[in-house]
Amino acid sequence: MSSDLNVVGHSVQRSDGIGHVTGRTQYTADRSFPGMLHLKMVRSPLHHALIKGIDLSAAERVPGFVRALTARDVPHNRYTILGLIGVEPEEEFVLAEDRVRFKGEAIIAIVAETETAALEAVSKVQLDLEELPAVFDVEEALEPGAPIVTHWGNNTFMFEGHPCRRVRLGDVEQAFQRADYIVEGVYNTSPIEQAPLETTGCIAVPEANGRYTVYTNTQALYFSLDNAAIILQVPGSRLHFVGGTVGGGFGGKVDVIVEPIATLAAMKTNRPVRFTYSRAEEMQVSSTRSAWRIFIKDGVTRDGRIIARKVTSYADSGAYSRQTPYALTKHAANAAGPYAIPNVSIDAYCVYTNRQPTSAMRGFGVTMASFALEVQMDKIAEKVGVDPWTIRFINAYHNGDMKPHRKLVEDATLIETMQSAATLVGHDLPDDLRAMTSAPRDAGHDGGRD
Amino acid sequence: MASTIVAFELGGREVEVMVKPMTTLQSALRDQLGFTATKEGCRQGGCGSCTVLVNGEPMLSCLLPVEDVAGQRVTTLESLTPAQGLHPLQQAFLDTNAFQCGYCTPGMLMVAKALLDHKPTPDRADITQALTGNICRCTGYGPIVRAIGVAAQAMRSSEEGQAR
Repeated sequence: MSSDLNVVGHSVQRSDGIGHVTGRTQYTADRSFPGMLHLKMVRSPLHHALIKGIDLSAAERVPGFVRALTARDVPHNRYTILGLIGVEPEEEFVLAEDRVRFKGEAIIAIVAETETAALEAVSKVQLDLEELPAVFDVEEALEPGAPIVTHWGNNTFMFEGHPCRRVRLGDVEQAFQRADYIVEGVYNTSPIEQAPLETTGCIAVPEANGRYTVYTNTQALYFSLDNAAIILQVPGSRLHFVGGTVGGGFGGKVDVIVEPIATLAAMKTNRPVRFTYSRAEEMQVSSTRSAWRIFIKDGVTRDGRIIARKVTSYADSGAYSRQTPYALTKHAANAAGPYAIPNVSIDAYCVYTNRQPTSAMRGFGVTMASFALEVQMDKIAEKVGVDPWTIRFINAYHNGDMKPHRKLVEDATLIETMQSAATLVGHDLPDDLRAMTSAPRDAGHDGGRD
Repeated sequence: MASTIVAFELGGREVEVMVKPMTTLQSALRDQLGFTATKEGCRQGGCGSCTVLVNGEPMLSCLLPVEDVAGQRVTTLESLTPAQGLHPLQQAFLDTNAFQCGYCTPGMLMVAKALLDHKPTPDRADITQALTGNICRCTGYGPIVRAIGVAAQAMRSSEEGQAR
């Protein structure tokens, strides 16, 4: 074996550490190129509106204005974030066509010699908009007569023809009949902006060989390259993406929003083009974590075993789905929690509203399930009259259990994690809980299953 | 409006920039002089990533018109780095992994430099007070506070060594 394989068990200095402490690390916006142009967006001032007309004449007279890009300039004017892995429909536009569905939606890209000139020209674009009714709440969006956000006639993402992601195990309604207690809860979470310290941005540079080098702070470099190639209708070999240095992302830089349009602007002008978000854009336009509303109904026995769990969840996707359907799938797989429950029914809806689109953020879909479920577990403990530790040990999943989405549990660690947590916080666990393990249940003992 | 020429001292040398009124020191450093260690997090005085020292005092360069530093002494992270090796603060940040994405690090280091120049033996409260205007969105505040303490200790040991 090679003698340089010796890092396990030792601290290793980060390869980018010297750059970070000396300021020599080059983040995207630290780069500059001769003749570099600046791109700024004309954005919708309304939550929902028809675009009746656009007047660029005053903008074009601003000193330093170079050109404007509209929907007609974009070869394939659809964001294809999940399209790469076969998830449809493509419903979001790179630049709006006849309708805007959220406040801040991009309509026209302005390219100018300086950032100041670009902002000045943006302010001079005259939009003729006809305001439409808007909806901002997931339950209101599902009521009959609600304003429709999508182009297919209802406000839900369709999962294989169904308006929600569904998981079924056993028969919850029958188990509710047998339960000693019914415990219900409604849990709401707010949208959260990832707020990376470095805002989203890129610089697209035309090269002499006909390729485009794109310096970007995306969290998903090749994903971004593939999506940009589809939108621009060019072979991937025409694009060279340079990244890996990201000033914070937390899920906020996976949506491939800036690279395609900046590269298109570089193609149209044959000059380097920089497109970086202002802090206001990062907060008000870039994807946030979704707001969720989660309804839980549990059937519980007198000794604290959960025999039925029904979860109905609504994620507010905002005006476009981006990565939220993927979050819903993760959510549905985890919405029963790390517990062995024999009867489970989960309906998880990805709901369109006229709010800012939402997408990935740290454990998206699962984090909100955990928040709701663990508060619910405390409520169950209170109802049954046992402490919050005990209720979780009683219901903890074991290796060999079947999860509601038909995944065999092979790596259960809840019991051991809780035992370690109890030790760390100095909580005395009773001997029977201290003696438990996640090992498969004894033959003949079904862990509360019917 | 016409541009004016503003001269100031940057890291020990005289520089001149030609600026339109209300150009920020941040913009002059980054866009004209190529000194990009000074970061842009918010450009509205909210994050501290653009902190530089003006006559030894920490200032938010995104809110400072460059005319205001005419004839003044400006220090950025570039000039903290010695010809050989690293400044004790840089070394302490590196040794204790007091950064994740690194974007807040320049501002953190400049605030820490001003703190240790004024108060070579800061306690924890002094350090956290000094950092109140600087955001780390990776939320690695604990290691940053510890690194500054480690650097202060290293600088005292070094001075005592030289005094003997």
